[in-house]
Amino acid sequence: MTARFLRYLPLFLLGLAWEAVARFHLVSSSALPPLSDIVAAWIDLALSGDLLVNGAASLWRAGAGLALAIAIGAVLGVLMARSRGAERLCGPLVEAFYPLPKSALIPVTALWLGFGDGSKILLIALGCMLPVTIGAYNGAKSAERTLVWSALSMGASRWRAVVDVVLPCALPELMNGIRTALALAFVLLISSELIVARSGFGYLIGILGSNGTYAPMFAVVFTVAALGFLADRIFQLLMRRALRWRE
Amino acid sequence: MAGMKALGAADSLGNRVAGSLAGVGPILLVLVVWWGLAHSGRFTPFMLPSPEAVALRAWADATQGTLAINIALTLYRTLAGFLIAAVLGIGLGLAMTRNAGVNWFFDPIVSIGFPMPKITFLPIVVLWLGFYDTAKIAMIVFDAVFPVLTATILGIRGVGKELIWSARSMGARERDLLPQIFLPAAMPQILSGLQVALPIALIVDIVAEMTMGGYGMGGAMIQASRLADSRGVFAGILEISVIGYLLVKAMAGLRRRLLAWHQEVLH
Repeated sequence: MTARFLRYLPLFLLGLAWEAVARFHLVSSSALPPLSDIVAAWIDLALSGDLLVNGAASLWRAGAGLALAIAIGAVLGVLMARSRGAERLCGPLVEAFYPLPKSALIPVTALWLGFGDGSKILLIALGCMLPVTIGAYNGAKSAERTLVWSALSMGASRWRAVVDVVLPCALPELMNGIRTALALAFVLLISSELIVARSGFGYLIGILGSNGTYAPMFAVVFTVAALGFLADRIFQLLMRRALRWRE
Repeated sequence: MAGMKALGAADSLGNRVAGSLAGVGPILLVLVVWWGLAHSGRFTPFMLPSPEAVALRAWADATQGTLAINIALTLYRTLAGFLIAAVLGIGLGLAMTRNAGVNWFFDPIVSIGFPMPKITFLPIVVLWLGFYDTAKIAMIVFDAVFPVLTATILGIRGVGKELIWSARSMGARERDLLPQIFLPAAMPQILSGLQVALPIALIVDIVAEMTMGGYGMGGAMIQASRLADSRGVFAGILEISVIGYLLVKAMAGLRRRLLAWHQEVLH
């Protein structure tokens, strides 16, 4: 308990310094609203439903985009690892598109699907797919050939060998790829909502900022940051649980 | 003997040419499919401009000089932010591994800050620093510093005790340990951190330009998108991907050069 307290004491001290600096007007309160005002603004936003409505819109976009990215990316990665033809065809494309700064896709998906949910889901699906593909590919490549051969020689079909041998071997790298994609999904979601949207966390932040109501704006910014942090921690827990059989 | 060597060299050259052709093939295929779809009449030129129209547009951007200005500004911000993040990240990483107090203060901040989507703080950075280069570069530093910092800490902590003991027993002074032992031994990890940070710097700069406007490749793209100029948007994607690809390749080349002594490259 005390160890934990000591470990997180710096954060507490920072919060205290923030409150003091803002309360004693060392900086303008529009540049840095006191922490207590931000907490009050957060409660107001939560009670009025603004946070819930926009949060639901954002989470739906991120969730749907990420689900598509994982489904397509994982299948593509395993296919590339198991089939020469798929590797020759897709390998150079993956290599060419991987360094593309994903945020450059924002105007393109907006051009195709407008400013609503569809363009954000497509953006997140496209942007998050390649890390998953590369994770699945590296993981499936690392599956020991002797294991696959044994499964085949013991009468497993090619499909069963992939499901029972290759996929479990690929899981650690695949999940690392998904973790990268999860972080990327938040970045793409918030960036695209800050640029063009009519709902969502990014939209709410933009509206509150342009109204000059900075305490609620800070409240939403910290809510998103906390959600991103929590999503990563929860995924890490899931990962540890899913990979426990390996030890 | 000499003949065999020449044959071997010719063979590997032939393989290399065949290899790079095999790599270009699928990209040509994508171009052909794109061309076919654009001319099939199923999509309006607004939804999917043809590849030749996009190439012409990129050529026009290049010859009119706007492309050079936009690339220069984007590269300037990206690299300035990246370099500041590199110096800060390596410096703070070294301080955290060598001083318990610094480590106590920054460790919880790093462990909470690293997985956070930093881009969401963009409106706060704008509120504090305005819409110009300072805000954009500050945002890049804030985002790109974390991978460098964590890689430096992991690299320094991973230096084997035997290496330090041997250096000491061979008469190395304490102040020589950092430049002669710790930094070279941690170099592969630190470079990996930098290789993660550079694309992040470019992504964040593009987003910052898109939200704040002004010149730069991201700014030009969002401007084209607002004017419903779809050729401009697609040309922007093309130009930005070339820059991204070159940056990643340059960083990998730098790694090979800096680690020329390391077994990773010697093999």
